[in-house]
Amino acid sequence: MNYTASELMTVNAARLLRDGDRVFVGVGLPNLACNLAMRTHAPNLVMIYEAGVIGARPSRLPLSIGDPTLVSGACSVVGMYDIFSLYLQRGYVDVGFLGGAQIDRYGNINATVIGDYHQPKVRLPGSGGSMEIAAWANRCYIITPHQKRRFPARVDFRTSAGFLGGRGEREASGVRGKGPQAVVTDLGILQPDESGELVLTALHPGATLEQAQANTGWPLRAARQVQITEPPTAEELRILREELDPQGIYLKGS
Amino acid sequence: MEKHPPPAKKTSAAAPAPAKIPLWYNTDMTNKLCSLTEAIAQFVHDGDTIYAAGFTHLIPFAAGHEIIRQGRKNLTLARATPDLIYDQMVAAGCAAKIIFSYIGNPGVGSLRIVRAEIEAGRLAWEEYSHFSMISRLQAGAAGLPFMPMNPTAAGDLERVNPNYRRVKDPYTGREVVTVPPLNPDVAIVHVQRADVHGNAHIWGIIGEQKEAAFAAQHVILTAEEIVDEAVIRSDPNRTVIPDFVVDAVCPVPHCAHPSYTQGYYDRDNAFYLEWDKISESPAETQRWLEEWVFDVRDRAEYWHKLGEEVHRRLSVRPRLSHPVNYGDY
Repeated sequence: MNYTASELMTVNAARLLRDGDRVFVGVGLPNLACNLAMRTHAPNLVMIYEAGVIGARPSRLPLSIGDPTLVSGACSVVGMYDIFSLYLQRGYVDVGFLGGAQIDRYGNINATVIGDYHQPKVRLPGSGGSMEIAAWANRCYIITPHQKRRFPARVDFRTSAGFLGGRGEREASGVRGKGPQAVVTDLGILQPDESGELVLTALHPGATLEQAQANTGWPLRAARQVQITEPPTAEELRILREELDPQGIYLKGS
Repeated sequence: MEKHPPPAKKTSAAAPAPAKIPLWYNTDMTNKLCSLTEAIAQFVHDGDTIYAAGFTHLIPFAAGHEIIRQGRKNLTLARATPDLIYDQMVAAGCAAKIIFSYIGNPGVGSLRIVRAEIEAGRLAWEEYSHFSMISRLQAGAAGLPFMPMNPTAAGDLERVNPNYRRVKDPYTGREVVTVPPLNPDVAIVHVQRADVHGNAHIWGIIGEQKEAAFAAQHVILTAEEIVDEAVIRSDPNRTVIPDFVVDAVCPVPHCAHPSYTQGYYDRDNAFYLEWDKISESPAETQRWLEEWVFDVRDRAEYWHKLGEEVHRRLSVRPRLSHPVNYGDY
């Protein structure tokens, strides 16, 4: 079966979600992954959007995280202060999805700037909700194509915290969340080891460790047992293509 | 204290009819009805800090366009998500500085003009996370000196923005992160319906509408509909903004397009995608501003110009809530 890199990543990210998880949903592929999970193995997924929507049941693909379809039929809508303080800071969010231009060896993310902050070479969108999601959601997942420039040994700017300089440093900081649990790429899945360093734990069908290493900016190690992921099923692809992104805004190409 | 703008002028016959003006208009001293043109002229000045509220929902594009038409300069534009409204205002030369927490075109990509101006060193900026941004408004709205937040361990934004401070919690001795209040000169808040005094009902995503209104020195309220005070009083839990923080009440149907008003019209996602193309080219951007901002008089003309096909595409079928019973006490 043919599928694009975006479809592959979205399907694998969706499978990381557990039924009943309360998920802070982000824009783009995370949005699709959560909506896919809800239509497959996680019908009781509680989708929380940082715009203040809790328990969304969108009947169409929400392009933005503030779409009106998120509101109609949702369980609750609250203001921006409440969503970040009562829900996220207080600890009611199980899963957060994060994205960024750079992810480093310890899962720290840069979504702010390439180059010097005050004289930016490339100015990126910035934190949005991610600084707090990375700190306070119980588990965080990251979806990103596997490219060397996206996986430097150190990020130019720490927009949101992974394991900082190692797992002990994050623990010492006292933030409540457990940090990044998996990075889903188009080659496979990286997960933190005991020290907090991201190592390769799974490869997608056809991808190799050497490919992953060649596209990572630090000496990428493989876990003792590297799994091979199940390819996307016909049903998963049908939902993505027909129900969630019929115009191919996110899933076409690459 | 003179807070009431002059009464609305009649619009010319060529434009589609504005919202219905009640009969008792002009006889009531607390009536704040005026046109958006008048409200912007009276309350928005060069150099002001503006907060055009709305988290994706209810973004008052009509007000942004009116500010562009009136040629305001050196504004500080504050918004969690500057969105296309500030991209357009920056493109039109209204802004000296931007305060934000996410400069993207939501779900599409980059906010090209804001980004290019920052990269070129032509636009000053001050940056937060969403939670710090709303905490600043919350402090401003509540009259507090700062708001505390739990630390996030990601130190870099704290390092580059001196407005972030750390103080010791006097009870536990642990450190908390603080941000100072944000008190804009003017907040512009769009709502579904309001009475002529400025009591406003909002539903759907309520974002930072309330905090922005309470934090600002002046509030311009734009409304899809002006309704009788009795409508407001029939459902007091839905009143997010009370009249006494409001300076001007402007009937502006379709104010939020290409953003949306829940239950009134849909978000114009196609335009959000189109802007990504338009804003790639400075010349195209200026042409767009000429056609859709400078060459139209007001929002009614803009909406008319969009045409019936767009109106149809953005129309929404009703989905009513179950009524609540307040009880006849």
